Amino acid sequence: MTAITVKKKGKRRDVVFPIVNTIILILIMFTTLYPVINTVAYSLNEGMDALRGGIGLWPRVFSTEAYESLLRDPAIYKAFGISVSKAVLTTLLNLFFTSMLAYALSRKEYVLRGFITVVLVLTMYINAGLIPNYLLVGKVLGLRNSYWVYIIPTMFSCFNMIVIRTYIGGLPDALVESGKIDGAGDIRCFFQIILPLCLPVLATVALFVAVGAWNSWFDTYLYNGSKKDLYSLQYLLKMKLATTQNQSNAAATSADALAQTSKVAPVTVRAAITVVSAVPILVVYPFLQKYFVTGMALGSVKG
Amino acid sequence: MTTKVINTGAVGLKKKKGFFRTLGSQYQLMIMSVPMLLYVLLFNYAPMWGWVIAFQEYKPELGLLNSKWVGWDNFKFLFSKQDFLLSIRNTFAMSLINLVFGTVAAILLAILLNEVRNKAFKRTVQTVTYLPHFLSMVIVVGMAQNIFASNGAANDLLVGLGLVKEPVFFLGKGEYFWWLVGAINVWKEVGWGTIIYIAAMTSIDPSLYEAAAIDGAGRFQRILHVTLPGIKSTFMVLLIMNIGHLMEAGFEIQYLMRNGMVQKYSDTIDIMSLLYSFGARPQYGRGVAAGMFKSIVGIILLFGANKIAKVMDEETLI
Repeated sequence: MTAITVKKKGKRRDVVFPIVNTIILILIMFTTLYPVINTVAYSLNEGMDALRGGIGLWPRVFSTEAYESLLRDPAIYKAFGISVSKAVLTTLLNLFFTSMLAYALSRKEYVLRGFITVVLVLTMYINAGLIPNYLLVGKVLGLRNSYWVYIIPTMFSCFNMIVIRTYIGGLPDALVESGKIDGAGDIRCFFQIILPLCLPVLATVALFVAVGAWNSWFDTYLYNGSKKDLYSLQYLLKMKLATTQNQSNAAATSADALAQTSKVAPVTVRAAITVVSAVPILVVYPFLQKYFVTGMALGSVKG
Repeated sequence: MTTKVINTGAVGLKKKKGFFRTLGSQYQLMIMSVPMLLYVLLFNYAPMWGWVIAFQEYKPELGLLNSKWVGWDNFKFLFSKQDFLLSIRNTFAMSLINLVFGTVAAILLAILLNEVRNKAFKRTVQTVTYLPHFLSMVIVVGMAQNIFASNGAANDLLVGLGLVKEPVFFLGKGEYFWWLVGAINVWKEVGWGTIIYIAAMTSIDPSLYEAAAIDGAGRFQRILHVTLPGIKSTFMVLLIMNIGHLMEAGFEIQYLMRNGMVQKYSDTIDIMSLLYSFGARPQYGRGVAAGMFKSIVGIILLFGANKIAKVMDEETLI
């Protein structure tokens, strides 16, 4: 008798739990996606209508005027170009230097290995702080009002180095040994043997670096705030965020005045820039998921 | 290079000769690593000279060497100011909230995902929950300001469910600020946080689950007695690492979300450092002193956490 009820209870649980679990996970996905879809809906809505608010997952009055007004704004093209070029250049340089260093520090016979590793790992925890860094980069190195402030200070990251080094450490040592027997030096062993095998981990690190470079805005604020030519897309978005808040406050009092000054309400424009500045990364990351999941697990455990 | 090595060898100790000779033979590894070492010394260590500014009334036109020395005055000033003391409280409060809720949420989601048998569904949930990690803070805060506005989705939901009569003024009440930051951080990072726990869960021996099932353990008992112990060591490692980062409450989110109504709760040490240094009358000395205080407490926490880790290891070994 008791045995039967226990069995029944267990069986029922096994049916109920997966259903409840699926419902919870679907709710979590909905919560994650709602703000994103909502932003897309606003960006595709008619401007004056959007000011009334209350738009959910679908535009109420469909219109592409927000995107059209973006396409007419030369500042957007400029900022998009800056963001793309700094993301690409930073990623290439960072990958080159970080992976080269990771190889050198993966060689157990290297006598400076311990020393350099300690010096690098400490940088993950000790930071001179905002102002000393600002004085070094802006004043001593003179990188204020310069494009290179986006590139030069971001050529290395210790966490990424550890991720790559761990990956190289997992490759068979015989690969490098055989290269050495054939008379190749470490530089050749790295570029011709190890680097081609590192493509999965390099894809991971490239994603991390590119995302970081694409999403940064504080560097523009700190060093290039007075150079409109050098604004990145994220900084432009941040500026629009601040100004549109003021404008929409004004709009609450006199919607007519706003209608006269600009036909496209800033709410929709702001949503449209948000979409434009998010899309490049959101298109790429799902394809690299397999790589960065293993990369993260590796780096965190060994780091 | 080689001649120099041989010379030192001829003069000095046997050990040293060995070291430099090996180093000389590893010149290719040096080419690959020493430039980056210098780079890190320049960009990460050289700025620490700037800490002397904390003891100066620094004027950019006078520079580090000619500015007036003021001893501990900058620190005395900071600790006599209520808004700086509040910023220490805010920093700790927000990083604690982020740590506790971020960790709990990530572990819960990882457990739920671990119980999913359908591979495609599991992957879909993962891809979706990773998404916010890749969005910039500017975008995330912009979205949050829409959602939590008085006519936003959060208030629509609360009013619709009858939980509140009037819309809640989320963005303008200081008491809500920490929890809002915590909620946004959980939303942004929970999926990303599961990666490491799911990795730990996949390394649990499946025979443990089978044995537990044979012993009559239900699903919840298996989670309690097999899954959770299986991720315990990962949890401990991450916890210790995070204690070392307790002074890092994040900077961008507070900076982007703060406004005049909430600054008693929003301003962290980083923001105070920025305000002192780039305010109407720049006081670099106070800004650097605030940053230096934060770094030094951070270092103490790091070594403290390391110490704890060592003690724990001994315990687990026994």
